[in-house]
Amino acid sequence: MKQTIDRDGVDHLLGALQKLGYETIGPTIRSGAILYDTIRTTKDLPVGWMDTQGAASYRLTRREDDELFGYVVGPMSLKKFLFPPELRLLSLARTNGTMTVTEPVGSQGGHKRAVLGVRACELAALAIQDKIFLDGPYRDPHYEAERRKLFIIAVNCTTTGGNCFCTSTGTGPAATSGYDLCLTELGASSGHALLVETGTEPGEDLLRSLRAKEATGEELAIARARVESAKLHIGKTLEVEGLREALHSGMDDPRWDNVALRCLSCGNCTQVCPTCFCSTVEDVTDLSGREAHRIRKWDSCFTLDFSYIHGGSVRQSVRARYRQWLLHKLDTWIDQFGMMGCVGCGRCITWCPVGIDITEEASALHQQHAVSLRPSGE
Amino acid sequence: METLEPILAQHPFLQGLDPAMLSLIVGCASNVRYDANQILFEEGDEATQFFIIRSGHVAIEMNVPGRGAVTIQTIGEGEILGWSWLLPPYLWHFTARAAELTRAIALDGTCLRTKCEQDAPLGYELLKRFAHILEGRVESMRLQLLDIYSER
Amino acid sequence: MNATVAVSPMLLDPYRITRVTEETNDTFTLELSPADGRSRFSYQAGQFNMVYVFGVGEIPISISGDPTVDGVLVHTTRAVGTVTKVMHRMKKGGGLGIRGPYGRPWPMEHAEGADMVIVAGGIGLAPLRPALYHVLSRREKFGKVVLLYGTRSPEDILFRNELELWRSRFDLDVFVTVDHALRPWRGNVGVVTTLIPKAPFDPHSAVAMICGPEVMMRYTALELHKRGVPEYDIFISMERNMECGVGLCGHCQFGPTFVCKDGPVLNYSRVKHLIAKREI
Repeated sequence: MKQTIDRDGVDHLLGALQKLGYETIGPTIRSGAILYDTIRTTKDLPVGWMDTQGAASYRLTRREDDELFGYVVGPMSLKKFLFPPELRLLSLARTNGTMTVTEPVGSQGGHKRAVLGVRACELAALAIQDKIFLDGPYRDPHYEAERRKLFIIAVNCTTTGGNCFCTSTGTGPAATSGYDLCLTELGASSGHALLVETGTEPGEDLLRSLRAKEATGEELAIARARVESAKLHIGKTLEVEGLREALHSGMDDPRWDNVALRCLSCGNCTQVCPTCFCSTVEDVTDLSGREAHRIRKWDSCFTLDFSYIHGGSVRQSVRARYRQWLLHKLDTWIDQFGMMGCVGCGRCITWCPVGIDITEEASALHQQHAVSLRPSGE
Repeated sequence: METLEPILAQHPFLQGLDPAMLSLIVGCASNVRYDANQILFEEGDEATQFFIIRSGHVAIEMNVPGRGAVTIQTIGEGEILGWSWLLPPYLWHFTARAAELTRAIALDGTCLRTKCEQDAPLGYELLKRFAHILEGRVESMRLQLLDIYSER
Repeated sequence: MNATVAVSPMLLDPYRITRVTEETNDTFTLELSPADGRSRFSYQAGQFNMVYVFGVGEIPISISGDPTVDGVLVHTTRAVGTVTKVMHRMKKGGGLGIRGPYGRPWPMEHAEGADMVIVAGGIGLAPLRPALYHVLSRREKFGKVVLLYGTRSPEDILFRNELELWRSRFDLDVFVTVDHALRPWRGNVGVVTTLIPKAPFDPHSAVAMICGPEVMMRYTALELHKRGVPEYDIFISMERNMECGVGLCGHCQFGPTFVCKDGPVLNYSRVKHLIAKREI
């Protein structure tokens, strides 16, 4: 289904979801950034704001218009809802030396959440995390429970962030699948209408309840043009072809030493990255020693401890840890999950305190170690 | 001694050696036997021989005050023991003790050394072969040095 | 997605210690049985469990017992970290949480019909012991079987009684060496790789299984290959920081490999280029 609604329509959408018991979440301004939080109406959205992103730089600036979705991605992604930074996995009790599990995870039902404003790159990241947490020999029951109850209203990007490179990773700017509904803002000239496309039956059901109008050919063309124009403003590229081979032959390149001089191994990149999935488990007890809990927390391959085995850490230098992160994201992830771990959202560039740019690092290695894949003469 | 020539000719250490050179070496060879715990030579002794172990094995020890005699390597059947006869100051740097009844061929180092001084090609052949053994020993020693089984 | 939600892979089963054995001054063995007295478990040689000490932590420990014997779970470990040090103070009757078995086991079927060379360094003998039990229980399926074991000193020899028993068998060759020793020791002294050139097996029809410190495994694989064993017939048991045991936490990665689920037993030919590199 392809229909159009106006701004009130978006409010009706949110209202309908709330009536169905969903917590409606969307982009909103908090702490000087656009973050996902609970919203009630379109008034909670960053109307007329945009995010200007650069290396180690994020600023909110006023747009000249009143667009609802005139920005790209903030530091958070859907990761925080399905794979929370902290989660109690297990609780145990001990009496007379016998331990029993008192609270296993996986039996809870999950929260109904409807998220508005999900970008194409975030949908791609979601698909990647689905593969990691749901598709292997062992599954994460918490992720599964929350994932089932997630209703997604995607938004097509009509503008570009300074660090975006989704066109290189094939993950945007248009959302093509993985959503229940997808909105494309048509702009002031179209009376601030929005194109709504459906992706699932629940999406269709919800749209039907709004009594929207069928989209005209002209409206469809405007939507297409706006998304296309976003592509034109993408300023970064990640050359994917031949990248893996170049990274393999460049494992000992001095470039790694160069980035190690800049990298603080702070792990910001792994926190904001929508696909990073490393975690650790902390054990806590109460004072009596009769109750114990196992708490899962986000972890980062940038910490010194991450690769610790008796005798010391395997990756002691920052050089080795940065290399591990980049090679995992762009190379070994493919061996593990069948696709690259990067969705071109540029968050790691924005939120790196020293502005290290994954596309620059990859490009430097690629150029240095480009292996010709074509037979000579072609 | 004629009886030792066929044995020496077949040993990997001397394989491929020119028959004339082999005869020179055989001329310096003799059979020896050590009972269990008998000392072949002590650290600091003049190094006048080297050995090709035929049976049994020899423990190489170094004296560590407070710990006693620590065995750092054992040389077994078919292996070569000793190269200090070849290089100045021609003194043993460790003690060798038969860990069990051991039979070996002892080669007179002083005699051989003289022959090598006169016959450079012979000297070069022997040095090459010893270098190869030393290389193997150094590689093994490196792994021992790492103390890989320790806690840290 | 399936209709039913998965059971958490972090759920553990309570077990009880039925026997504690001090093996050397820092290595000990625990025998365990399910606390409910009913649960059954089975595993293959080379696999490990995640062992949980109440309120302290959870660590991976290789199973070191006989996979053909039912009802007893055996774990041998060194007391080197927080969790193992607490475990070392536990007595018969103490409780531990067990999750597993995890990991790719030793390639026992692949090795049938060939000679088998088992090379163990230090505590590496523990995850190889189940392989040896497996072989001895189906002895006719294998050719010559050789065990080469190296450790620090005679006091550090693990499973000494068993080694002596195995050594006395006619269908098994056992060679032991130590890095250094004092006078009463009359056996070999030297690194374990020195045992390879003369070990009685046919390199062209042999499968080698190596476990020990990484540097020992590297040099052992090289020495075996020098002797003529093809690299794809050499298997090692890799160690990395395994925290979840199920390939979800990311800690144990070694290049593209999740050591907990793609290993810990790995084919040497697949990892030989990585294993020589620093800090992978």
